[in-house]
Amino acid sequence: MAEETTNPTPAEPATAAKAAPAAKPTSPAAAKPAAAKPAGHAAPKGPPLATLTPELAQLQQHFGESIITPAPYVGVLVNDLSKLRDVMTYVRDQLGFDMLANVTAVDYIKEGYLQVVYHPQRSKGGQPITIKVRVPRGSDPVAPTEVAVPSLTPIYAGAEFQEREIYDMYGVRFEGHPDLRRILTWEGFYGWPLRKDWHEPYYEGDTKPFDSRWPGGHHELAEERVPWGDNVNYPPGFDPLNFNSDPDAGLYDSMLSGVPNAPIGPNGHAQQAPQPQGVGAAVSVYDRNYNTLADEEELQTDQIIVNMGPQHPSTHGVLRMVVKLDGETVTDLKLALGYLHRNHEKIGERNTWLHNIPYTDRLDYICGLANELGYVITVEKMMGIKPTERAEYLRVIMAELTRIESHFWAIGFLLNDLGAFYTPALYFITERDLILDLFESVTGSRLMCNYMRFGGVSRDFTEDQLAHARELAFDRIPRKIDELEQLLTENEIIKARTIGVGYLPAERSINYSLTGPCLRAAGVPYDIRRADPYSIYDRFDFEIPVFYGADVYDRYRVRVAEMRQSLRIVQQALNQIDQTKPGDIQAGKKAYNHRVPAGEAYGRVETPKGELGFYLVSDGGQNPYRYHVRSSSFINLNALKEMTVGHKVADAVVILGSLDIVLGEVDR
Amino acid sequence: MGLMGTGILKGLGVTLRHFIDTYAEDLKYILNKSGVQQPRPLRRQSPKNRGLVTVEYPRERLPLPENFRYVPFLVYDTEKQDDKCTSCGICAKVCPPQCIWIVRTEDPITKRPVPQPKEFYIDTTICMNCGYCAEFCPFDAIKMDHDYELSYYPTQEPHARLVHDKSRLTKPDTYHASIHPTDWHRELADRAAEEAKKKAAAEAKAKAEAAKPAGGAAAAAKPAPAPGAAQPSAPGPEKPAQADADKGSRE
Repeated sequence: MAEETTNPTPAEPATAAKAAPAAKPTSPAAAKPAAAKPAGHAAPKGPPLATLTPELAQLQQHFGESIITPAPYVGVLVNDLSKLRDVMTYVRDQLGFDMLANVTAVDYIKEGYLQVVYHPQRSKGGQPITIKVRVPRGSDPVAPTEVAVPSLTPIYAGAEFQEREIYDMYGVRFEGHPDLRRILTWEGFYGWPLRKDWHEPYYEGDTKPFDSRWPGGHHELAEERVPWGDNVNYPPGFDPLNFNSDPDAGLYDSMLSGVPNAPIGPNGHAQQAPQPQGVGAAVSVYDRNYNTLADEEELQTDQIIVNMGPQHPSTHGVLRMVVKLDGETVTDLKLALGYLHRNHEKIGERNTWLHNIPYTDRLDYICGLANELGYVITVEKMMGIKPTERAEYLRVIMAELTRIESHFWAIGFLLNDLGAFYTPALYFITERDLILDLFESVTGSRLMCNYMRFGGVSRDFTEDQLAHARELAFDRIPRKIDELEQLLTENEIIKARTIGVGYLPAERSINYSLTGPCLRAAGVPYDIRRADPYSIYDRFDFEIPVFYGADVYDRYRVRVAEMRQSLRIVQQALNQIDQTKPGDIQAGKKAYNHRVPAGEAYGRVETPKGELGFYLVSDGGQNPYRYHVRSSSFINLNALKEMTVGHKVADAVVILGSLDIVLGEVDR
Repeated sequence: MGLMGTGILKGLGVTLRHFIDTYAEDLKYILNKSGVQQPRPLRRQSPKNRGLVTVEYPRERLPLPENFRYVPFLVYDTEKQDDKCTSCGICAKVCPPQCIWIVRTEDPITKRPVPQPKEFYIDTTICMNCGYCAEFCPFDAIKMDHDYELSYYPTQEPHARLVHDKSRLTKPDTYHASIHPTDWHRELADRAAEEAKKKAAAEAKAKAEAAKPAGGAAAAAKPAPAPGAAQPSAPGPEKPAQADADKGSRE
């Protein structure tokens, strides 16, 4: 499931000394913010260094011990930034880690550096490796870092959005990135929100629980505090009365001129870009196809830019697709994200370990229980505890039922996007509601279940609830999946609209870090339940359905086949659960103030949407020092442009539907 | 494969079947309903059901499962005429969005904390209904409610209505027993077991004291606090829990 968390092997003094200088030179720059911050979090002193796995040892041998050194706890550190691309190319081509599962960063404010963490993995399966680089935080807290990290987009296309996110949240500059703009916050946002010295409006404290709540807790409405007081940060010289900005100028200009990061002129538009003229003012003069004589018989079409969303039923939430059209054909596509951004990760770092469980429900709210499972098993790995047998079975039953209801939802709304308005969707929502009824009776809530705990689950199934689950798993849902196939699979209209649409071959899918049903529809049998088994999935007999069309139709067929396999798992689990002890759902004593040993872990599970990973760093306290969510919905969107360009605008909607994103997880 | 259009026809067959089944289902329902009282639907539909069934909220309602959780309430012990809450503060600490505010009562003379909340607020605009407060309360003093139809007229202070204070939060334990019968019986059994254990321990202690030859007076004095210990709102476990909570909050 996860990489090893803490490593008991004592650090060799020689290697420790070698690793230390990398952190040194920047300390003066960080001394001030570190001192200004009240004591609370600190990266552990003298943490143990990782023992190298065979792959990492090979990497070290190839590049030399001065470039690759063991990092604290897990993985290796690349000491020379200019060598990063060479290292990653070697990792991809020679070691076979062809998929960049996760990229994130951590702000070690006391040590004065930002650490960028890469988790490449093999699409054939196995655990990911961890590779880290460090950049000094820089002296200016609102400017991006002076030292830039080479962008990995030429090696792993899936790094594009993730690097933009790191730039947006931490201000790490990536050299050679094709479109390094803010992604979740808006252009013009002041500061880097995930840095430890950045405080949100109405900031109360670094960690919960807040002291103002007890024992002298007089209620105060946050809304009644003065919004223009010292609870909000403004850039120096900011004048709210004359504020006038066009946050989308960079977006449109990069689409019109084809020049990313064109310098913004005083009028707010890129300088190289031609000024748009005419109706809609979005048509670029240069992009117009001034036809040669030979083209004159063809229909003359203009290029226009259309904003689809953020309020649009086809975008499954508040996603905004900016498409450039030539007639009806999509020639370019960009995404404007972040309309649902609430900085889940910052909230997660304020929370205690336990507080985070109900928040994970709100990531991908269609399959909350699967998210909880991912978080809980990552923390359990760090704490070194194991849930009870019965809890394991209950978790699997819940997670697989979640997969079924999520796929029902995905297929229903894919059909909506295809124009089969609400008949299929409502048929499947009926079935989904029956599963949610079970969730409600067991956990108390339909979507925001808050069911998993560290070392167990919160409630056992009663006999009635088990009977309800059996009725669904053995009788009702199999029948309904058959009916679904009768209704849709052979339908000629669906086939005509979906076969060959949104094609993305296997190698490109892997390069884009695509996971979940979309990757399996491209013929890559990658499913974490098999590739890197967690929980008790090794006990069940099930298959990983794979199709080879790599188009919307096969993504649909993979989902149907997966629902049948999930059903098989639920049936086996329901048969085996009788052998466990009823009521035995919590390992150890139930606690609310967990302390997780200092260390870090990357844990992942296969949710209905793909790989959901949690990268957690603990400093030994009650709160996570770093809480990162590797969200499959977000990373799958990387590939949307390549899937869509060349298709008609109506197909763009369908292709997006086939990716099955949930904005709660995209924007976090 | 096959004749063009067969796939569509097969699909249309499914919708037609749904259409007919739904009417058949309705017919059954109407025939059932011919009696005087409105049958209350016990579940959305049985797994055997083939048509579409709509629960016509708010005219019809599904019964809520016992575990259903919505904004919490405080339990008032009707037997002892006292709040169950001891203002230990655990609920305020486990609350993920930190929507619970408690003011602890202090003894006016000694300034020592009294196990009773002076003020208690839950900001329902923030509450995420996760149920941690009820789950981790060591005194079964806060429980999740079934009343999910919270709406207020925007009169003078719309916010004030959504911030539940102690008087709005407090509900009798009979109400708790009525909506959570299983939990209530388990709590009763737990409490009875605990008291039996305490009693047994006290008796064993008394016996041991009595066995000592010189401890006649002590043996007579010892059993006296045992029945008394059960009377004020559970002072036994409260002190260590508070100490524990204090430790937790200081990190």
